[in-house]
Amino acid sequence: MRSKLLGLLALVLSGVVFGVPFLFIVLTAGKTRAEASRLEFSWPTQLRFVANFVEVVQARDYMLIIAYINSTVLTVASVSIMVVLAAMVAFVLQRRPSRWTGPVNLLVLAGLIIPPAVVPTIWVLQRLGLFRTMPGLILVEVAFGLSFCVLLFRAFIATIPRELDEAAILDGAGPLRLFFRVVFPLLRSVIVTAIVVQSVTVFNDFVNPLYFLPGDQNATVQLTLYNFAGQYSTDYHLLFMNILLITIPPLIMFAFFNRQIVAGMTSGAVKG
Amino acid sequence: MVTLTDARGRAGTGAPSTARARSPYPHWFYLPAAAIYGVLFIVPTVTSFWFSLTRWSVFDSTFVGLENFVTFFREPALVKGLTNTLIYGVVTSGAKVVLGMALALLLTSQIAARGWLRSVVFFPVLVSTIGVGLTFTVLMNPERGLINQSLAVLGIDGPGWLTDPSWALLSVALVDVWKGVGLATIIYIAGIVSIPAEYFEAAKVDGAGAWARFRNIILPLARPATATVIILSLIGGLRSFDLIWAMTRGGPGFTSDVIASVIYKQYQAGFYGLSTAGNVVLFLLVTAIVFPLSRWLNRREVEM
Repeated sequence: MRSKLLGLLALVLSGVVFGVPFLFIVLTAGKTRAEASRLEFSWPTQLRFVANFVEVVQARDYMLIIAYINSTVLTVASVSIMVVLAAMVAFVLQRRPSRWTGPVNLLVLAGLIIPPAVVPTIWVLQRLGLFRTMPGLILVEVAFGLSFCVLLFRAFIATIPRELDEAAILDGAGPLRLFFRVVFPLLRSVIVTAIVVQSVTVFNDFVNPLYFLPGDQNATVQLTLYNFAGQYSTDYHLLFMNILLITIPPLIMFAFFNRQIVAGMTSGAVKG
Repeated sequence: MVTLTDARGRAGTGAPSTARARSPYPHWFYLPAAAIYGVLFIVPTVTSFWFSLTRWSVFDSTFVGLENFVTFFREPALVKGLTNTLIYGVVTSGAKVVLGMALALLLTSQIAARGWLRSVVFFPVLVSTIGVGLTFTVLMNPERGLINQSLAVLGIDGPGWLTDPSWALLSVALVDVWKGVGLATIIYIAGIVSIPAEYFEAAKVDGAGAWARFRNIILPLARPATATVIILSLIGGLRSFDLIWAMTRGGPGFTSDVIASVIYKQYQAGFYGLSTAGNVVLFLLVTAIVFPLSRWLNRREVEM
């Protein structure tokens, strides 16, 4: 009885604390301009989801579509690169203790802890001719995401028996074949975790695009949302439609991989 | 997280003598990652120490010694950013430890809709910080916002969450906790679930109550989880920028500025040297707090 009551209380409280803000986003996204500007938590008198959707998409010459394409390219490219490279590092780091092991471990930790030096990074990118370019931003995301992936993979590779490696080597597999044909496929479950977590991180990233890819033509969705808020500061119905649209990709990720994310987060975070 | 599990699981260390030449685990596997990481993380980090000592514009840099740091610590607005960073980091990680633990206890007990509740608490972790920031800016509107309207119904006169200088920083910290507590909860749930059931059975036999079980079993055995939550949220809190920028831009005045927002403002204003000096200050602050703390937290864990 007591636990039931506690459960009910928890449901109501979590509904208020976590549910109301999300409901507020959805409701406001479907209101008229006048009604949305009252900022009330109420059911819209006229449902204008489609009209608002069309208006947001068309705003500023289809900026949102461009931003979606940019964010997708950024996320797919940077996450694929960082996953493959981090798995290679984790593989050798875990399998082959050598004089490099210590320094590499230290660098991995440093990548997690040290705040990136922004302006010098811009300086380096400028020298390489990559400042304000998508490849530049992709490489920056890779550099900042590697550490987390290496930690995640290393813990997992430790659980793969060495006998498998030895069997493959006896069969004449070189390092590349051993890694990409034997080990990499075995990492599947942890790779999914890394992909999901890093995709959400990169897709939601605001700071790096702000510094390294400024300008309207190549804005990512987060930058677009931020600029939109400044420019259309009174159009709350459009602002919240924008927020809603940007929340959808993580929502889909969440719906599909909820369990996987949680399991991976905990194994990576606690054991790492 | 920061514990280095040593990977020397080799049975016999009698590596074949040819291993040096043709190991199946070649060192060049490090290279592609090292190239990107080295050029875009290590080089900027190392050179930041040099650039922080220069007056640096778009065109050239002149060495000025410690002038940037002197400016940094003499300017009240910038010092405010430093103390705010500390307050923000401590408040958010403290709240995440307490609330995360409480939620995890609740969500590992036998309550209805447990799975649903776990998802609800975790979802904000995945949502964009800018989206959350803008939403709460609206919800925290002093006159028309939902929060103060609801408080008014209860007869409470809510503060100007983001417009009142004494509240702005705390309000943002509150939203940060709202967004991030799910991660702390998940980590704690993992920690609590991994405690062997025998401990609880033994405690039951001894007649220990709920509080005693919490105090003597869960709290000490969930210690690794606590260490992880503290370290993760401190790193995040001290470096935090996007939420603050989306909600207050460091205002009103400079009352909610943190080092990361100071860095951005100085960068925008073209003071690259000063901006980089801010980066170095942040680097030193994070390192000085996180490294000893993680070492201390992990040491206590071993003694236990």
